Amino acid sequence: MMAFLRLLARNRLAAFGGIVLLLLLLLALITPWLPLLDPDVTDPANRLQTPFSAGHPLGTDALGRDILSRLLWGTRVSLAVGIAASLVAALVGSLIGIVAGYFGGRTDNLLMRGIDMLMAFPYILLALAIVAVLGPGLMNALYAIAIVNIPFFARNIRGVTVGIAHREFIDAARLSGKGNLRILSSEILPNVLPIIVVTLSTTVGWMILETAGLSFLGLGAQPPQADLGSMLGEGRRMMINAPHVAMLPGLAIFILVMSINLLGDGVRDALDPRLKSGALSRPAPITRIRRGAAPPGDGRQGRADGLLAVDDLRTDFEVGRTTYHAVNGVSFAIGANECLGLVGESGSGKSVTALSLMGLVASPPGVITGGRVWLGGRDLLALPPRGIRRLRGREVAYVFQDPLSTLHPLIRVGDQLVEAIRQHQPLSRPAARELAVSLLDRVRIPNAQRRADQYPHELSGGMRQRVGIAMALANDPELIIADEPTTALDVTVQAQILALIQRLRTEKGTSVLFITHDFGVVSQICDRVAVMYAGRIVEIGPTAEILETPRHPYTRRLIDCVPRLGEPDNEPEAIPGLPPAADALPRGCAFADRCDLVEPACRQGEIELIATDAERRVRCIKPLGIPTAASQGESR
Amino acid sequence: MTRYALRRLLMTIPVLLGLSVIVFLIMSLIPGDPAQAILGSYATPENLERLRADLGLDLPLPQQYLVWLGNILQGDLGRSFTLNRPVLDEVLERFGATLILAGTSLVLCVLVGVAAGIVSAVRQYGWSDRLITLLVLIGISVPAFWLGMLMIMTFAVGLRWFPASGMTAAYGGGGWLDILHHLVLPAIALAVVAAGVIARLTRSNMLEVLRQDYIRTARAKGLDEGRVVLRHAFKVALVNLIPVIGVQAGFVIGGAVYIETVFQWPGIGRMLVNAISTRDILLVQGGVLVVAASYVFFNLCADLLQHWLDPRIKA
Amino acid sequence: MTAPLLEIRGLTRTFGGGRRWFGPQRPGVQAVQGIDLDVLRGETLGIVGESGCGKSTLARLLVGLDAPTAGSIRYAGEDLQALRRRDRHALSRRIQYVFQDPLSSLNPRRRIRDILAAPLRHLRGMRGQGLERRLGELLEVVNLRPEFIDRYPHEFSGGQAQRIGIARALAAEPELLVLDEPVSALDVSVQAQVLKLLRRLKAEFDLTYLFISHDLSVVETISDRIAVMYFGRVIEQAPARALFRTPAHPYTRLLLGSAPVPGGPAIQAESGDAELPDPLAPPPGCAFAPRCPRARAHCRGAPPPLDPLSGRERHAAACYYPVEGAWQRQAPPPP
Repeated sequence: MMAFLRLLARNRLAAFGGIVLLLLLLLALITPWLPLLDPDVTDPANRLQTPFSAGHPLGTDALGRDILSRLLWGTRVSLAVGIAASLVAALVGSLIGIVAGYFGGRTDNLLMRGIDMLMAFPYILLALAIVAVLGPGLMNALYAIAIVNIPFFARNIRGVTVGIAHREFIDAARLSGKGNLRILSSEILPNVLPIIVVTLSTTVGWMILETAGLSFLGLGAQPPQADLGSMLGEGRRMMINAPHVAMLPGLAIFILVMSINLLGDGVRDALDPRLKSGALSRPAPITRIRRGAAPPGDGRQGRADGLLAVDDLRTDFEVGRTTYHAVNGVSFAIGANECLGLVGESGSGKSVTALSLMGLVASPPGVITGGRVWLGGRDLLALPPRGIRRLRGREVAYVFQDPLSTLHPLIRVGDQLVEAIRQHQPLSRPAARELAVSLLDRVRIPNAQRRADQYPHELSGGMRQRVGIAMALANDPELIIADEPTTALDVTVQAQILALIQRLRTEKGTSVLFITHDFGVVSQICDRVAVMYAGRIVEIGPTAEILETPRHPYTRRLIDCVPRLGEPDNEPEAIPGLPPAADALPRGCAFADRCDLVEPACRQGEIELIATDAERRVRCIKPLGIPTAASQGESR
Repeated sequence: MTRYALRRLLMTIPVLLGLSVIVFLIMSLIPGDPAQAILGSYATPENLERLRADLGLDLPLPQQYLVWLGNILQGDLGRSFTLNRPVLDEVLERFGATLILAGTSLVLCVLVGVAAGIVSAVRQYGWSDRLITLLVLIGISVPAFWLGMLMIMTFAVGLRWFPASGMTAAYGGGGWLDILHHLVLPAIALAVVAAGVIARLTRSNMLEVLRQDYIRTARAKGLDEGRVVLRHAFKVALVNLIPVIGVQAGFVIGGAVYIETVFQWPGIGRMLVNAISTRDILLVQGGVLVVAASYVFFNLCADLLQHWLDPRIKA
Repeated sequence: MTAPLLEIRGLTRTFGGGRRWFGPQRPGVQAVQGIDLDVLRGETLGIVGESGCGKSTLARLLVGLDAPTAGSIRYAGEDLQALRRRDRHALSRRIQYVFQDPLSSLNPRRRIRDILAAPLRHLRGMRGQGLERRLGELLEVVNLRPEFIDRYPHEFSGGQAQRIGIARALAAEPELLVLDEPVSALDVSVQAQVLKLLRRLKAEFDLTYLFISHDLSVVETISDRIAVMYFGRVIEQAPARALFRTPAHPYTRLLLGSAPVPGGPAIQAESGDAELPDPLAPPPGCAFAPRCPRARAHCRGAPPPLDPLSGRERHAAACYYPVEGAWQRQAPPPP
């Protein structure tokens, strides 16, 4: 609750709205005790006085009544009616929504068809019809506005409830012996309540406007009773010669509603968890790059290393005041026609590394804070945005994890391919289309001509991933970055996709950076492998050697906890503890706390990647299987 | 698609029936003698008696409904006692005027709202986003009827750019230019609120879509940002926005009630308000029925459009 | 041999079907088709299959989150549906469920205390002191610190959350635990922790496990017996060792051959289409026939029954032409 208020206060506009609203509420509450003239006493002698006249700070209306007094009393009425109508609508609507959403089936159908019926009337028209039945009057206007707004709550809350009712914790509660009533009150309601509050806070203003509207039309408050709307309605008739009579109540409604809406927006933002995590901000076309002074040495040696060389890459996530170091000085190189595996558990920074290379990390919150990415003699991170964009898809192409969410749902797969082709090649539409079909053919999609006209949801998971690979191949890139391309697939399909990637590599000579968490997959496809932990590479070298004789204790233990098919007696050994939090990385070795070979030196300052064998490097001061070399070895 | 359209069309029948029941109940729920209410207080006893027989008022309620529905289906909405002309004629005439106003307004608010929403999303937290957000907040907080009055004071009475009221000039008016001239102020006043809502929802929808994985894919293909935003992101946002626009159309038609009152526009909204004050029940009934039915039809079109744009919705 | 704890006979669950207001008759999807399965007291039965094979539907049917369209489940000789009718909570006291996604199976707005207390209160009628004591025991049993009791789910890592899920299931003091992909959402290092815990709990509380997973190697390490599912049916069933040594169904062989092993030999990939049949229009014969290299005309006629294999103990396969001999990972065909 305190956190909520603090969040609200941080939003200056919302705080301003809140204060104005509070003042108005206070004023409305103490109106009866204020030294005001009677709002209903007429004084024809003093009619239509302008503001600032003696005794009437805001003037008088056509009957000589004091406008200030009427304004305050009117605000009271408008507020009371608007809030009451909102509460009624929220209560009834939410109840309908929760019941319909939770029970589903016939109950849902019946309730929602009724709601649809109400929605079939254009909004105010229904309110007019209700007032026509009940007759004009403030209470009747209140009922009308409340009824008209019930569908709004019912639909919103139903949608949210359906989402929650299908979550697993509802099943869990049922299996814990809770009945429907208990589940509704203790499982569903706490999750729906914030949404109800948000919906309420964003509609109160609207409801006040609408009740004022009915009064304005003469269908709400009846004389002598007055709310802001009816005052405005009366003032309209003398709009030309005494504009203040209409303008002042209008202004009052505007200020009242504006303050409520400002506060409402603040409430919405404070209750929406997505806003806090930055999940509602638009990712820039290219990750923000904020590299400090150029690192010592221009990394020239990177160019000689082959196709792509990454040098001391650093990527942070800046969320609020916390900085998470996702990639923490990663260096590696990929040679021509090589497949390098990047292995690690979730949160190790492997995917962020892959996305950083072409500036595809969502930003905000991602920022590349250091390092260089060399491709064909250029530092990609120093290129202007246009420069990086031209290379994307042409020289470096991506294949992503979940092909359903990574292909555009509303564009035919053929057109998505054509688009990728025509962005980089000067081909006519028919020629590009022909190439697209041949690409689909090349990734062994049967009936490519027909498949090109289908949408992603019409294809199976394996087919979709083939389309993703075809798209990556569209412009014959030199490097394909495959980010867990088989993780979402079944093993039999995975086997086919791996075979496909392997075949394309031999045919085309493409290099592949393969990101995965699965050592089994690595050993199938990768020439070399880099193991990542807490944003750093802890070991890199030829796949077979690393699997055979891991040098880093983390690699050793990670391999040991994978159950191996055909060796049921070989019980996998767990790694105790958890990886360090990315916003509080320890000094020294990040694995030290979980390592059974740890010694004080492990925690003292940076540990460099050192070469142990011909093509292997490891970030450990006493690598496994190497008795003493480490201590003298390459310490700087 | 055709099959879906047909089925969707069939599904509007129960909605229209339900609608007619509600409208019918308006009449029968009014306290007192409906015949008296329909003919007004100066009706002669003979006329009252005849009307009661015509409406089948001595029959039980469901049968009354059937009699009433039969009349409606034959195009007979009764006769207004205040205007002394058939309700249908009056309603259709007035509805035409409302369609001009609301239609213009709807086009206006969709164009402005969507454009503002896209700019706002693309320039998130930039000055144009802040400005649009502020304007949107003002737009959804300002009472439309008050805004209309402000506009009359400024642009009609003060600057004399546009006429203050009516749909055509009293003398020699009636050409489409004349109507357009009269239309500007009320159409803008009516569009403001809906434009604000549409802009806001477009913004949040675009932001949501821009975070999706397929946008990252589009960028990984090397597409330029304009194409990513307009072809990839907006396409999805538009599909999500169509139902919103459908709802907003309802608000625009409803809001016309105020604007027509302020600008003396001879539309159906003003007619309804007058009919309610004079308790001309048949006129209320006819007006509500026609507007609601056409709104149902409008939503049907919105549904079909969404279905056509989104291949994921199965027929 | 003791009587089985759970006897499943002809179990079928069809989704959808029926008519809409203005529409044609819609075909139903048979997620589970006539399954016969026994679970013995004290064993761990592994169920393996790829997505869409019906393993999760089977799990939900067993714990009563869903009701079968046809067939029966008997628990210790008593019909499950009858048991539920007699006492709403009877089933949940005997069979409990561990969910795949540990975080989404915990209500984000309830404290761990409330989550664990619910089964104690509603299923075991505990109150006050006894309940408090039991809460402490539960946390201890799954190796969680006692102060975790007043925290919210989002404060836990995936592995810790899954241990809370296991504690919640244990709170009901069940005899049978249905574990639906309990380690699939976890990182390998955490996976091993949870598997170890599950092994210990089983011995400690004399539990029977039904362990569902798509991951062959995980199932192999924990199961006594394994049933392989494909397209809603059990297509092979055998003691774990036997299944991996001499798999008889071509699909089982394909599955084994597709799983990559670290440092192991190259996996084999089907050359054809790896797609499942259309569930709305299933083929008349063996569902695997379109993908099967050994399929003959006979296979496409009627689905093969799950018959015991001659000469192999407790080993059954639903195949007209089961594969003989030991299984060896093959070298890939030359490209």
